[in-house]
Parts: sequence; C-alpha cells; structure tokens
Amino acid sequence: MDLTLSPSEREFRDRLRAWLAGNNPGPDPPGDDAAFEHRRDWQRKLFDAGYAGFAWPKEYGGQGATLVEQAIFGEEMARAKAPQPVNILGLVMGGPVVIHHGTEEQKERWLRPILTADEIWCQGFSEPESGSDLASLKTRAIKSNGEWLVTGQKVWTTYARRSKWCMLVARTDPDAPKHQGLTYFIMDMEQDAVQVRPLAQITGEPEFNELFMEEARIPDENVVGGVGNGWGVAITTLMNERAGLGAASAAGVRIALGELRELADERGVADDPVVRQRIGQLTIEVELLRLNAWRGLSAIMKRGVPGPEGSLPKWQWSEVNQALTELAIDILGEDGAAWDSPWAYRFLRARANSIEGGTTEILKNIVAERVLGLPKLR
Amino acid sequence: MNFDFTDDQHAIKRTAKDFLADRFTLERVRELAESREYDDAAWREMCELGWAGIFASERYGGQGLGMVELVILMEELGYALAPVPFLSNAAAGLALQFAGTPEQRERWLPGIASGGARGTVGLVGGGEARLVPDAESAEVIVIFTGVGGFVVERSGADVEPIETIDLTRRFARVRADGGDPLVGDGGDAPYRIATAVAAELTGVGQRGMEMAVQYARERKQFGRPIGAYQAVSHRCAQMLLEVEGARSASYYAGWCADAEPETLPLAASMAKAYASDAGWRVTASSLQVHGGIGFTWEHDLHFFLKRAKVDGMLYGSAGELRDDVAALSGVEAVAPAPA
Repeated sequence: MDLTLSPSEREFRDRLRAWLAGNNPGPDPPGDDAAFEHRRDWQRKLFDAGYAGFAWPKEYGGQGATLVEQAIFGEEMARAKAPQPVNILGLVMGGPVVIHHGTEEQKERWLRPILTADEIWCQGFSEPESGSDLASLKTRAIKSNGEWLVTGQKVWTTYARRSKWCMLVARTDPDAPKHQGLTYFIMDMEQDAVQVRPLAQITGEPEFNELFMEEARIPDENVVGGVGNGWGVAITTLMNERAGLGAASAAGVRIALGELRELADERGVADDPVVRQRIGQLTIEVELLRLNAWRGLSAIMKRGVPGPEGSLPKWQWSEVNQALTELAIDILGEDGAAWDSPWAYRFLRARANSIEGGTTEILKNIVAERVLGLPKLR
Repeated sequence: MNFDFTDDQHAIKRTAKDFLADRFTLERVRELAESREYDDAAWREMCELGWAGIFASERYGGQGLGMVELVILMEELGYALAPVPFLSNAAAGLALQFAGTPEQRERWLPGIASGGARGTVGLVGGGEARLVPDAESAEVIVIFTGVGGFVVERSGADVEPIETIDLTRRFARVRADGGDPLVGDGGDAPYRIATAVAAELTGVGQRGMEMAVQYARERKQFGRPIGAYQAVSHRCAQMLLEVEGARSASYYAGWCADAEPETLPLAASMAKAYASDAGWRVTASSLQVHGGIGFTWEHDLHFFLKRAKVDGMLYGSAGELRDDVAALSGVEAVAPAPA
C-alpha cells in the first residue's frame, strides 16, 4: 500500500499544475454564447497542449494516459477550478464509443474534430417516457433507400443547439425483445427534421434541451457497432471513461468544502457545535470519496475490474454535494433565500445530482443486484 | 499510488480469516459470550502466530510490522467477533511503543508482544476511566488523561468490573493516579488505538451486512425473497456504502500511521468517527432486515450489534471525533491533493 504519487506521477502532476497556472482561463463569463466560446477556446488550448482526449489511445490523437494520470488530471482540473472543455460529451462518450465500436472510416471522419472542438457532440438517449428504463425507448428508425428515417423525441440533451452530431439510440426492430431491437446512430443535427427546444430547469437556466425528430435522415454508414447492437454500445458509452471521474468529482467537492468553511468563518458560525458536526461529517465524506476513488482505481489496475467500491462514487458524490450546499444555505439563513446569493444556484442545481447519469435508486439497484447478489425485482 | 495490500499483507488477511473462522464459529462465540469467557487456547495460538506483537519492535519480541498489518487483523477479529483480549492488549502495546519511556517499554512491551503479561488502556473522563476493556486480567494499565498519560500496574489501580451490553468482552471502570508518566502528551498513540477500533468496526459491519444479505436472499414473504423488494435491497446497498467507507478510512489511517504519521490524527479521527456510525447503523439495519427473528436472543446478530455500539463509545465517540475533524482540518480552504 502506497498512497503517495510515484516520482513520474508527481512529475506529471507538477507539469500539469504549472501549465494550468499559466493557462487556466477561469470561470465562464456571463451569457450562454460567451460561456460557450470561452469553453471552446479552452478546449483548443487543451488540445494544443496535448491534454484533450488525454485518455484516448495515442493512435487516435490522445495521450494513452494511465488510470492514475487520468485521476490526477481530473483532480488538478477541479483544484484549479478550470472550466469543462466544451465538447465534454464527445471527449468522454462519443470518441471512446467510436474508438471501441467504430469502423476505420468512422474513426477517420469523427475523432479529430471532437478533439479540436470543431464539431460538438450531444447525447440522445433519454426520452420523456424512458428515463431509468432506457431500453423501453420508443424513437423509431426505419430503413428506406439505404438510409434511416428517425422519428421520435429525446430529452435532457445538453448543448443540442450547438451540436453537429448526436449520439442517438433508436428502435430499429419493434418486434425484438426491448434490449435487442435498438441501434446506435451518429445523427447530423444540421437538418430541418431535427428541432431543438430549450428546457428550463429549476435554476431558471436552459442547460438541457428537448429534441424532436420527424423523419430525420441518417446515412447507413453512421450506424455504430451494427444494427440491433445499440444497447451494448450505449452501455459502453455509459461505463466509459468513468475511472478518472471519481477522483475528479471528489476534488470538486473538496474545493466546495473549502468555500463552505470560509462561509462558516465569515458568518461567525465556525464555533457552533451543530455546524461543526455537519462540517466534520462532510469533511469525512469528502475524504472518503477520494479514498474510495483511489481504492477503486487500484482494484482496476490490479484485477482489471472495479471492486465493490467502484459502484458507489456517483451515488455518494450526489449525497455529499447536496448536503454541502444545503448546509451553506442553512448557514446563510434568511440571506440564503435571495435568488442572487452565491450559493442559491449551486443549492438548486445539486438537486439534479441524484437524478442525472443514473438515479440514486437505480444505482442502489445495481449495487444490490450486481455487487451483493440480491434477487432481481423484475 | 497503490491503495491495495501487498502480497504479504493479503496473506496475513487470508490466514487470519481462515484461522478465526475455524476457531470461532458462531456457536462458539455464543457459548463464550453467554458464559462471559474468553477462548484462552485460541488466544495462546494467536500469540504463537505472533499476532499480539505484530506491530511491536522486534527488540521487544514483536514482529516489527506496522499499523496496516494490525488493521488487517483487527478487521478479521471484528468479523469473527472473537472473544479474546486482543484489542486491549494491542492498545497498551501501541501506547507504550509510541508514548512510553525506554524503561516502560523494556518493562512491559515483551509481555504484551508475547501475550504473556497483557496490558490495557483507559481514557479518563470525570476522574475515572469508565470503559476499560480487560482491566481485571491485565498486568499493566495505561491511562490517557487528554493532556498526557501514565502507566500503572493493575495491582496499583482501583478496578471495578462492569457488565456491558457487549457480552463478548470484559470491561471495568478504573481509578488510578500517581502512575509513571508517559513521554510528553502521549503523542499520536491514542490515534493509533482509535484506528484499530475503526478497523474492528469495519469487520463487525461487514459481518452484519453479510448476514442481512444472506437472509434477504433466503427469506420469502408475499411469494418472493425479501431481497427482491427495494425497501430491503436498498437498505443492503446502503450497508455496502457505509462498510466500504469505514474500510477505506481505516486502511488509510493505518497507512498514515506507518508512512506519514503527521497526517494520522486527522485520518484516525475520520476513520473512528465514520466507522462508529457505520458499525452501529449497519448492524441495526441488518436487524431490521431480519425482522422478528433478528430481535430474538437465539439469533446471533445481536452480539454484533452490541459490539458495534460499545466499540462506537470506546476510545472516542463519533460526535467527539467529528468535532476533532472539524478542528483538525482547520480553516485552510483547500487541502492539497495527495503528494
């Protein structure tokens, strides 16, 4: 057991940290368009420095980073409060899926513009009637004259309005069992048959969108992984590149915890026994996120598969971030009610943490069935 | 970066698990608990295996290994709920090794490391140490006062046995003064002891969870195994979350003690605070999964539940240690990433 970084890992971290100190562009400017351009510039800077698609194999323009380097990368980005690269979904989901399941032509066509942020990617999985039960999705794709015609509706689509490509899962065989009749497509968003409508959240921001497709056209060569294999391909998308994310999310809440402590000091409640108990508990849980993430990484490196702790980080992170922002609002008292209080947005946004990317209830089902071996409900 | 045991450490864990499973069936644990006894023969075997002094310097007859190895043994001892005077003796060994004077170490550590002349540790609150394991049978008692500590022979202390809800362990109240002072304020020895208890709680919680999961697979109501119902299965998932957290925290504290002791006070406070809550909550939740049968004396779960609760009080409660975490982690806004 050695929880220190090796000399080469430390060197990597120090080099990255120094680079970030000179290049981190800081928080998003106000306004959607300005924020988008800010993050696109940031990704181009990352690309030029070799940090975009950092985990991708070298032959596809990445750096072939080790799991530890990926974790360090995530931690350092969070520590520096660097913005997310604009094409995050392409980098962590679309690209890896094309690399694992795509043809040589598909790799040639799609990978580089993901890295350079010249083409933005979005994800069309969830539907109004198919959230946790994703495989029940109804969007239909029908083959006609060598291309596919897609009709249906998707929801929770981040950056849909600015995207060139959509990772879309649609039903191609309505008669097959629900997991077997699905196909994974890359759909061109620049067509009239695809309509995007922003969806305001409880924060008031339209971070997500609804997507309406009425006979949208997808050429046959944009099927990834073969017709009828969409479920398996989608699962790799969801499982992909998660390894470094635990450490990164742990680093993010660690930063937030520091800000919470400052708030407690400013508000003169750092000696309040109840506040201290809650801060103490949060401090422990934030540290456990980091430790579980590193333990999970060590298990993957040794055995090739995550240990039981590998299924916990996202669930745990959502609870920590919610508890943390709730305490901040409690400390603010009546001032916490103000719409423009610095914590109000984070407090409200945190409610989505236990829903997005798999609800806590689904994660508990996974832990119960796959880790503990309890019988399935269905 | 490698948060996993070495091959040798894995071997220690396997050996301990197998040995304890063989010597401490649940029938045996019950028999010992109900007669308020320890298994002296198994204890002697453990001593012959070198467990009692696993962390103690070879100079005093120990194995010269570290806290990580002790943490491994403690987790398995908790899992087995072994009624032996291991924890008390290890606590005394840690106190003397890390806070004793050279004379105190010479005098007491060989007996502790061989298990032949055991020790124990008490924390004084309100003029007496109110929850001291195995004080009656120990030769030497180390008392921590919060600002320092001292060593007394058992014969020089006022030892009053008490029966706690944890029948797998003997406890006493101890009043003593004028003992032989430890070095300075006791250093980080109390944190090493807290780490050992956190590891034991991890093992107790693991067993409580396994009992719940096994029962939830087998017990049928309304025509299905109860583990198919989310009201039950989500409880079990929560148990895993808490047990794995206690495990990460106690392994980490063990590593800190060995590799970077300056981080031990915070790491150990975190581990003991979290594991105290987790041990209790997991065993209590397991009892709920078991339903009525879990509330009966004839079911074995209550022995684990009670051990967890008393371990939670022993050598620093969750509430006290959480406050210490808040204090120790200070107002520094951003802790550095692991270096």
